[in-house]
Amino acid sequence: MNRMVPLAILALAILAFATLMLVIAPAIQIRSEAPTPGLKPYTAQQLRGRTQYVAQGCIYCHSQQPRSIDQAPDAERGWGRASVASDYAYDRPHLLGTMRTGPDLFNVGARLPSRGWHLTHLYQPRAIFGWSIMPAYPYLFERKEHAEPGDVVIILPADRAPKKGVIVAKREALDLVAYLQSLDHTFPAPTRAVRDDGYAEKGEPR
Amino acid sequence: MTLTIGLLLGLSFFASLLALAFLIWAVNNRQLTITQHDAYTIFTEGEAGHPDDATTEGSQDEGGAARAHHFDTERAGIDAISRPAVVTLISSGIAWLAIGSIFGLIASLKLHWPDWLVGEAWLTFGRVRTLHLNMVIYGWLSMTGIGVAMWVAPRIFHTALRYPKLPIIGAILWNVGVAAGAIAIASGWNDGQEWLEIPWQIDILIAIAGSFFVLPLLATAARRHVKHIYVTGWYYIAALCWFPILFFIANIPYIYSGVQEATVNWWFAHNVLGLWLTPLGVGAAYYFIPKIIGKPIYSYSLSLLGFWALALFYSQVGIHHLIGGPVPTWVVTLSIVHSVMMFVPVIAVAINHHVTVARNLWALKASVPLRFISLGAVMYTLASFQGSIEALRSVNSVTHFTQYTVAHAHLGAYGFVSFVMFGAVYHMLPRITGRSWPWPSMIPAHFWLVVVGFAIYFIGLTIGGVLQGFAMLDVARPFSDSVQVVLPYLEIRSLGGAVMVVGHLIFAAHFLAALIQRDAQAPAAQPHDTRSAVST
Repeated sequence: MNRMVPLAILALAILAFATLMLVIAPAIQIRSEAPTPGLKPYTAQQLRGRTQYVAQGCIYCHSQQPRSIDQAPDAERGWGRASVASDYAYDRPHLLGTMRTGPDLFNVGARLPSRGWHLTHLYQPRAIFGWSIMPAYPYLFERKEHAEPGDVVIILPADRAPKKGVIVAKREALDLVAYLQSLDHTFPAPTRAVRDDGYAEKGEPR
Repeated sequence: MTLTIGLLLGLSFFASLLALAFLIWAVNNRQLTITQHDAYTIFTEGEAGHPDDATTEGSQDEGGAARAHHFDTERAGIDAISRPAVVTLISSGIAWLAIGSIFGLIASLKLHWPDWLVGEAWLTFGRVRTLHLNMVIYGWLSMTGIGVAMWVAPRIFHTALRYPKLPIIGAILWNVGVAAGAIAIASGWNDGQEWLEIPWQIDILIAIAGSFFVLPLLATAARRHVKHIYVTGWYYIAALCWFPILFFIANIPYIYSGVQEATVNWWFAHNVLGLWLTPLGVGAAYYFIPKIIGKPIYSYSLSLLGFWALALFYSQVGIHHLIGGPVPTWVVTLSIVHSVMMFVPVIAVAINHHVTVARNLWALKASVPLRFISLGAVMYTLASFQGSIEALRSVNSVTHFTQYTVAHAHLGAYGFVSFVMFGAVYHMLPRITGRSWPWPSMIPAHFWLVVVGFAIYFIGLTIGGVLQGFAMLDVARPFSDSVQVVLPYLEIRSLGGAVMVVGHLIFAAHFLAALIQRDAQAPAAQPHDTRSAVST
């Protein structure tokens, strides 16, 4: 190549083509889908919790996209049916994740519905699972001499509990748990809903 | 659905017509015939045939001053003009490398010491890991890569850098942008998508800073003193057209949502590697390997194939990050096909780089910068082959969601791009300052530390990732198995990472010492006459 302008134009044309294929065309197809029946928009508290999920970087260890039974035993682990595009209609930003240092959370609200469990687990994961390598989040909690009215006190085993006083959840922790509890996609997906069916045998249900 | 298919068919027909017209034009204008003679563009008259290694010359010379290269009077003038911009960019990049890799080490340690440094929100794993990624990608690799381009581009265009003050302003703004982005991430304010964490409000500043780099380089290319654009120039010109557009489109706020946003996310994130860092790295290798050896690249016409195939295939691989996910099957398959097609450009580049080095193995012994760069080129080949195979559905089922991907990402961004940048900096700085490196024995020390450290890192994490993947696929084993099985390998990774960090700190200290030394003693040889370089 001895000419700069044609080089630049062709390079940009190739990028435009890639953008058409990977951004514009999927957008047209995905946006033509209605939200999955049963999917509810987030409440204000759940949205605040979602912001916490983003701020703490939960996405770097937890995915939110169970795979189909043809590919992996995600459903047998209790992570739920294979997710479809319309399950994410209210998600901004998307939190699909690319890592499973910890388990998939797309149905954690159905699998582990207890607020107390989540609060204890966030304060000290190893109080529940000795093998866990999840970080503890003590800064989402505070220690008080006595719980005040309205405070949510964390239940801890004796060796993890403070010597004096109680541990209560800050608002950030309560919001985050409200979001985790909202992660419940146990309603059925429409047949022919958009997802990667590259592993499915033809005509098999998912 | 019918509308979508009709639209796609119509567009692909239109695209084929355009491409055909372009091909006819290109053949008519002899754009596709490049000769081996064009590969000599990187040499000035009389230079070819003489190895050019700035790190060994010093020890041979009395007084330790690195000579300006033998026939270099015009080039010395060219280098003098780009010097302030290049030094600013590279110093910034190395500072980000030092800080960013310390954050990387902290993140690695936290994965197996989960109760370490948990008292402060900004030190939680999710933020430290993200600080590491943004600092090394947008700080270290981008700034150093642009700095190298600012130095190489004027040399292959045989003319001085135009608007040489703009990149300095750009570097300051870019540093402010990356630093502000880091502070935002540390305080919990981020856009929530991998590789796009820096809030879009701060991204505006980074985009403005970027234009201060693009303009001088394109202006220099437009006013070059040679007819032919050397292959490094294609990569640079294309990357500078691609990255601003990628960055802009991916950061538009409020218009994306749900899994549609995920396709934008991975279209962008993989193109940062494919259309930004890879051209910066491959372009630099295409210049430095033949320049240091003193002989042109093995098959220059093959480089044309390598370049256009990279543009065509690499731009569409991103959705292989969503295999088995809630996105349309066809777009996943499209990305898998393109991932496999990446064998074409990678083999083309590999033949050029590796055969050129293999026919001149003596040069590897003589030049540590060449050792860095050609090892980086080998890592590019390996990382790309690995990436193509990793995109196959059967392999991806095991490796997706595991540490294997992390190891692979480091083979590309570290083993390939960072190694090329290390070698480039070692080669360039004596040419920039006119003085040799103050502690020559520290260069091989840096080399062996990062090679050994990275070998431990990569091999350990790759094995751990595969074991983790098999544990997760086995329904008879509880999820905790996949955590416990990878744990020892996370510890090995921290060990390898620590060795790498030591190498980086030596590199940064050495670089600083070389800069300070320049101020203490006046350069031995200043260019006498820069007029030939600055006249247009």
